[in-house]
Amino acid sequence: MLITCPYCGPRDVIEFTYQGDGNRERPDPASQNFEAWNAYVYDRLNPAGDHNEIWQHSGGCRTHLRVVRNTLTHEISSVAFAHGGHGSAARRKAEDKS
Amino acid sequence: MVERQSPLEPEFHVGSHGNFEHGVEIILTETRPGSIVQLAAWPGEEKKLIAAIRTVAGLALPDGAGGGLSDGVKSVFGFAPGKFTVADEVEGLAAAFAKVVTPIIGTVTDLSHGRTAIRIAGPKAEWVLAKFFAIDFALPAFPIGAGRSTTHHDVFAQIQRTGADQFDIYVFRSFARSFWKALCHASEEVGYEVQ
Repeated sequence: MLITCPYCGPRDVIEFTYQGDGNRERPDPASQNFEAWNAYVYDRLNPAGDHNEIWQHSGGCRTHLRVVRNTLTHEISSVAFAHGGHGSAARRKAEDKS
Repeated sequence: MVERQSPLEPEFHVGSHGNFEHGVEIILTETRPGSIVQLAAWPGEEKKLIAAIRTVAGLALPDGAGGGLSDGVKSVFGFAPGKFTVADEVEGLAAAFAKVVTPIIGTVTDLSHGRTAIRIAGPKAEWVLAKFFAIDFALPAFPIGAGRSTTHHDVFAQIQRTGADQFDIYVFRSFARSFWKALCHASEEVGYEVQ
């Protein structure tokens, strides 16, 4: 499986670390809504199809990535930086096309 | 100044090795830069850091991910968004950067004692490195001066292409001897010379 890192380009999955489900929303740290915390910690969509995931390119540029992976085919349909501020860095794909 | 010892020393055997009857196709050396510095910009401060690199090292970084250049004495390349590795033959680069890269712009980390720089050159350099790393070493995909960060068996490596047939590899100092031995073994079948 290849993941196309927005900075490094296509790399083998062995360079990446799965950081968990990308659909979860962390409750406010001060929240005492135990149902929300329970959902955050335990509830998963577990879809048979496209799934939002967080990965880290731990064996490369070490950035965190927001990845959409198909759980049936492992097809990766989208990869983006998980955090803003790296916008100007994602230029390799544009360079490759020129 | 205290003389720095090489971690490769017990396995560093100058001369030709392996299958070199038909010629040596790989040259392995340790470049031993005096300074290796890692610079990181806070989000939005990248341009100021690139300007600081130009001021201190005199190197104008090309735009784009993984871009870099080398003038034979100093080298710089990007290895992650807003992060750069700079190497210099002489010591004192970290102190020079610390005066220019303020805490508002980003951080300076002196890795001079933390990394070992190994140079692999020769017509089969791409071929040998392709046995180690699952990245494209062809010249159009990996131009001269550019840098890449990747791993070999969980040993993190930063690679800069410093010539058409030449690459500088920065590895953790504590893993450098093991990596060097592996590189020598991988070069045996085409004949290599340690200089």
